[in-house]
Amino acid sequence: MVTSVLNYGRSGVHDWIVQRFSALVLAAYTLVMVGWLAMNGSDLTFLQWQGFMGQTWIRIFSLLAIVAMAAHAWIGLWTVATDYMKHRGLRVGFLGLIAISIFVYVVWGVSILWGF
Amino acid sequence: MLISIYRYNPETDREPYMQDIDVDMPEGKDLMVLDVLNLIKEKDETLSYRRSCREGVCGSDGMNMNGKNGLACITPISEVAKNNKLVVRPLPGLPVIRDLVVDMAIFYKQYERIKPYLQNTTPASGRERLQSPEDRAKLDGLYECILCACCSTSCPSFWWNPEKFVGPAGLLQAYRFLADNRDEATSERLSELDDPFSVFRCRGIMNCVSVCPKGLNPTKAIGHIRDMLLSRAT
Amino acid sequence: MNLRKLSFDAVVIGGGGAGMRASLQMAKSGFKTACLTKVFPTRSHTVSAQGGITCAIASADPNDDWRWHMYDTVKGSDYIGDQDAIEYMCSVGPEAVYELEHMGLPFSRTENGRIYQRPFGGQSKDFGKGGQAARTCAAADRTGHALLHTLYQNNLKNETVFLNEWFAVDLVRNQDGVVVGVIAIEIETGEVVFVESKATVLATGGAGRIYASTTNAHINTGDGNAMALRAGYAMQDMEMWQFHPTGIYGAGTLVTEGCRGEGGYLINKDGERFMERYAPNAKDLAGRDVVARSMMTEILEGRGCGEMGDHVYLKLDHLGKEIVHSRLPGITELSKTFAHVDPAVNPIPVVPTCHYMMGGIPTNINGQAITRVNGEDQIIPGLYSCGEAACVSVHGANRLGGNSLLDLVVFGRAAGLFIEEQLHQGIDHRQASEEDISHAMSRLNRLDSNEKGEDTATLKRELQSCMQNYFGVFRDGDFMKKGREELSVMRGRIANLVIQDKSKAFNTARMEALELQNLFEIAEATAISSDERTESRGAHSRRDFPDRDDANWLCHSLYDPINQTLEKRDVNFTPKTVETFEPKERTY
Repeated sequence: MVTSVLNYGRSGVHDWIVQRFSALVLAAYTLVMVGWLAMNGSDLTFLQWQGFMGQTWIRIFSLLAIVAMAAHAWIGLWTVATDYMKHRGLRVGFLGLIAISIFVYVVWGVSILWGF
Repeated sequence: MLISIYRYNPETDREPYMQDIDVDMPEGKDLMVLDVLNLIKEKDETLSYRRSCREGVCGSDGMNMNGKNGLACITPISEVAKNNKLVVRPLPGLPVIRDLVVDMAIFYKQYERIKPYLQNTTPASGRERLQSPEDRAKLDGLYECILCACCSTSCPSFWWNPEKFVGPAGLLQAYRFLADNRDEATSERLSELDDPFSVFRCRGIMNCVSVCPKGLNPTKAIGHIRDMLLSRAT
Repeated sequence: MNLRKLSFDAVVIGGGGAGMRASLQMAKSGFKTACLTKVFPTRSHTVSAQGGITCAIASADPNDDWRWHMYDTVKGSDYIGDQDAIEYMCSVGPEAVYELEHMGLPFSRTENGRIYQRPFGGQSKDFGKGGQAARTCAAADRTGHALLHTLYQNNLKNETVFLNEWFAVDLVRNQDGVVVGVIAIEIETGEVVFVESKATVLATGGAGRIYASTTNAHINTGDGNAMALRAGYAMQDMEMWQFHPTGIYGAGTLVTEGCRGEGGYLINKDGERFMERYAPNAKDLAGRDVVARSMMTEILEGRGCGEMGDHVYLKLDHLGKEIVHSRLPGITELSKTFAHVDPAVNPIPVVPTCHYMMGGIPTNINGQAITRVNGEDQIIPGLYSCGEAACVSVHGANRLGGNSLLDLVVFGRAAGLFIEEQLHQGIDHRQASEEDISHAMSRLNRLDSNEKGEDTATLKRELQSCMQNYFGVFRDGDFMKKGREELSVMRGRIANLVIQDKSKAFNTARMEALELQNLFEIAEATAISSDERTESRGAHSRRDFPDRDDANWLCHSLYDPINQTLEKRDVNFTPKTVETFEPKERTY
């Protein structure tokens, strides 16, 4: 029997809202990145890239995107796991792996953004 | 016409198999699938299936015909057979009791779970409770459900989580009572549905809509429930 | 014999409208109530009722009066409906209908929020003097569906024990002749169980499947009535079978009288609205027996429609798409499916089709079953009946449209109330002995062990065509004699049915064999009662006795299955609060 203890918000509505909101953040972030690359991408130098990413607003925006991706991934993969993985041990193992990966990505992302 | 039927008798068969039967179709008559099953049963009484009203209102004979769920009694052979062949299987996703008869216990359990009855503790007057035609019209497209299970058994989310996802049929009835202005338990009803499974496993793929023999739209009703849950939470 | 035994305060056989209204009543009071039904409750035939439930709730007409409804019903019954029972039904009706509304039944509504009522056949205001009334409460054209689901839902709420997909085989009586339960088969496993009960209610519905052409569901095989007949109990007014004027030609599915209530009418091949000739006042909304006979006369006199000239048309297109699709959505669906016709565009081909059994197990208004002992009424201890299986008798020789659903809820409720009362006072009877139980098992045992005999499908066809040919809309003594002879030969053959499939799990062959034996009991009671009632009254129309004969036949017929003879039983002419409606010539 699958319980809802492991899910992100422990309520369907909460999960649903977080999933939609994080999707919006990720969509906006993608647009900004793609837009900036399209404008500067033809002969892009590392300095330009570093200058762009070093601005405070884009650092905050990137952090928001990382958190959004973490939440989005967790809710989505938790749902996939509870749909298709009927073996409890397998499911818990899979979700554990996902949780660790997401954690690593978040820490790594933060260290890239704020570590220099 | 070649009719291929799913057969399984738990007492004699180790596993299910498909039986091909050549049926001579009467000239000039467009039979329903149920009529053809009846013809077969006259020759082979071991074939088991449910049937009652034979006019599409009782919901007994939901089955899977050439890959699509529907009621055998209102599905004309001409509409469903392909290349003079028809494959008939039990509704998918439920345990098979015998041949085309499935165990619908989990389906009924999900129906019962949504408390499918009017809840109103205000003492009624000596007459009926009044309801405007506009308020009554909100129940159209909801109360007509015949519990045939065609929708829920065509829904992957119900296949994966039949104990936790209410399924399109149950949710359609949940909304039938949420939409009834005579019902006073809206808040309790919504609380019962506010978990990640009961409602939110609906992915809106609309299989339920495409198979409903009564032309109802459970996906739309589920959308309304979600909106009610959202507006309550925000 | 080692049978599993289940015990209840009350067991209701049948999960249709009447059965579930009765079980609801008792479950609400906390009694351990079982509803034993051979199909999941919402698959019962009540689900097919379309037009509505007739009742004087004074919505369409604020001055409506239940006494007017009573007058119509007495007249409709051709004066052999029991007036005390009709009085009870019509006066208690509004309360019973309001209860349904309170339970959540989604009735259609009027502009001021009340229940919508439509005109139906045989309805009048002011004791026939005030013109057509509109008295049938409706939920679009799906009233039966809405009613049945509402009752099921409220039974769930009140925790009735449902024995779904259980088939009742025969009544069990103890040595004192008290009915103490039934032998039943759990269909899924094939297990045979003794369901013991202090009160056994037969609410098994009709038996329209005795005819080849019927609006009835496959499951309408008169199981309860057959059980009572096998137990030797009398059956009342079994010659009275209603042929609904508008069954879809070929398919037999019903098209509600509400179509004509909403303004539709019948036409013959010349496009003539022929009912104007037969019933100048009520026209297409005359009693069902009158309309059905008029249609048959048109067909027999060569004015039928189609290549064979064997049906007539129901015209609705003049009402406009709007009305047809909003008020009659179910009919639109059905005629598209079964007649390939959109009623908003083309007329529907229709033909009179067997629809309703007015006769049944005689009961009083409390649902207590009655039989005859030495020419005297006697209550059968422990046995009750309500709904179409019963003959209380509110329909007499012809039922009015919309009165069956009212009959269900009023007398299902009444039986429930009465049994409740009895249970409060305490019911005590001797347990069934091994011998009592094995007696009730004998039919099933014979079927299960029989190795040589005839098969169900062939005999069912023979039975149905015999009934259709000799006991249809028009009857004739000579024909009926022939039919009776055929039936008497069939009796032995049907008792000797054989099933090749002896398996246990969901064995529908066994069910169908048992059902055919039930159908036969009903058919024979019908045949003998029809032949012996030498007059024409209501739905019973004889060419050799074309007139109503009040001097000899203003009475119920009572079929005695042991001697296969017909007795007469008095009709009740003494309502409690109104004057007797004296028999008059019946014209519309």
